[in-house]
Amino acid sequence: MMLVVEWGIAAVLVGGGLFALIGSYGLLRLPQAMQRLHAPTKATTIGVGAALLASSLGDLPGGGAFSAQEWLVAAFLLLTAPISALFLAKTLILRGEAGDTLPDTRTGRPWATLEQSPPEPSPEPPIPDHPVK
Amino acid sequence: MILPHALFFALACFALAFVLNLIRLLTAPTVTDRILTLDTMTVNAIALVVLYGIWAGTGLYLEAAVLLALTGFVGTVAYAKFLLRGSIIE
Amino acid sequence: MRRLFPHPALSLALVVLWFLLVQRWTLGNLVLAGVLATILPLLTSAWWPERPRMKRPFDFAAYVLIVLWDIVVANFQVARIVLFMPRDQIRSAWVTVPLDLRSLEAITLLAGTITMTPGTLTADMSACGRALLVHALHAPDPDAVRDEIKARYETRLKRIFE
Repeated sequence: MMLVVEWGIAAVLVGGGLFALIGSYGLLRLPQAMQRLHAPTKATTIGVGAALLASSLGDLPGGGAFSAQEWLVAAFLLLTAPISALFLAKTLILRGEAGDTLPDTRTGRPWATLEQSPPEPSPEPPIPDHPVK
Repeated sequence: MILPHALFFALACFALAFVLNLIRLLTAPTVTDRILTLDTMTVNAIALVVLYGIWAGTGLYLEAAVLLALTGFVGTVAYAKFLLRGSIIE
Repeated sequence: MRRLFPHPALSLALVVLWFLLVQRWTLGNLVLAGVLATILPLLTSAWWPERPRMKRPFDFAAYVLIVLWDIVVANFQVARIVLFMPRDQIRSAWVTVPLDLRSLEAITLLAGTITMTPGTLTADMSACGRALLVHALHAPDPDAVRDEIKARYETRLKRIFE
């Protein structure tokens, strides 16, 4: 039984390392700025997730205890990765580095980043309606 | 007894990823790319710290991982916000 | 009670978070966690004007499992594209996803889900909050991406939150 757990953890470690490597390699290889945003947000996050999972379970074959702090780090990274990516995407759009022209919103208003770009910000913050109670 | 070998392999992978990030940091065409690279570097550093913690057999390094995760995220958002709005705290 | 604890779920999450951080199960830590769980929601309640309502928590648990599974699948797809696809054959595309969701929490969750799952990334939102701008890493058929996002994630979130 312990042998199975050990091999499982080893597989997780190897896979996580490879994914992190692919994520950083994608950063070098992909040609467009928006494409480069994909590789680190996904591959690197799962690489670290694997390392944390291994660290959480790593003591088990030796008879050690299950540790919970790793799950905190993993959950935090999982929650913040999309936010970092969104901020970087907005930066790319605002600076005109996002490549070809953006599609239409089909709602009558422009994309939020581009509407904010004139000197004076719009009087109303671009927040959608709250659901009706 | 496969675990130490797998651990060594993973450490090597993350270290190599870190080197690739360093190369990218030097050759990145734009500021935004550099921020993205720094963000990736932070995440790779967290993994390195955690894996070294397993290697050393202590949970102490996890505290460092928590702090790196927190400051790395805030740093990325602050850089991006500075480029977006010209100031960090409005 | 309602004024002291404007967000009970947030308070509970803070207690759990504190114990995960310190990993010592003592009474003193429980008191400290209780103080934090009271003060922090009160201080931040200005940014949370409404209590998010989750109608079906079990559906939400299922949703989390689906998303975690999709993240793993997404990584194999992205890895294949990064490693083996010739650079000039990667067909990236912008996709506009019109939103049926109206609750802020649900839209935030949807945007995060899109970023973490197969080859897509939320890049921006329309100024009125009725559409998301999504970038797809490799999408020969952008409309299919939009339909999959709406069918797989948005309908589930709509059932859970609205």
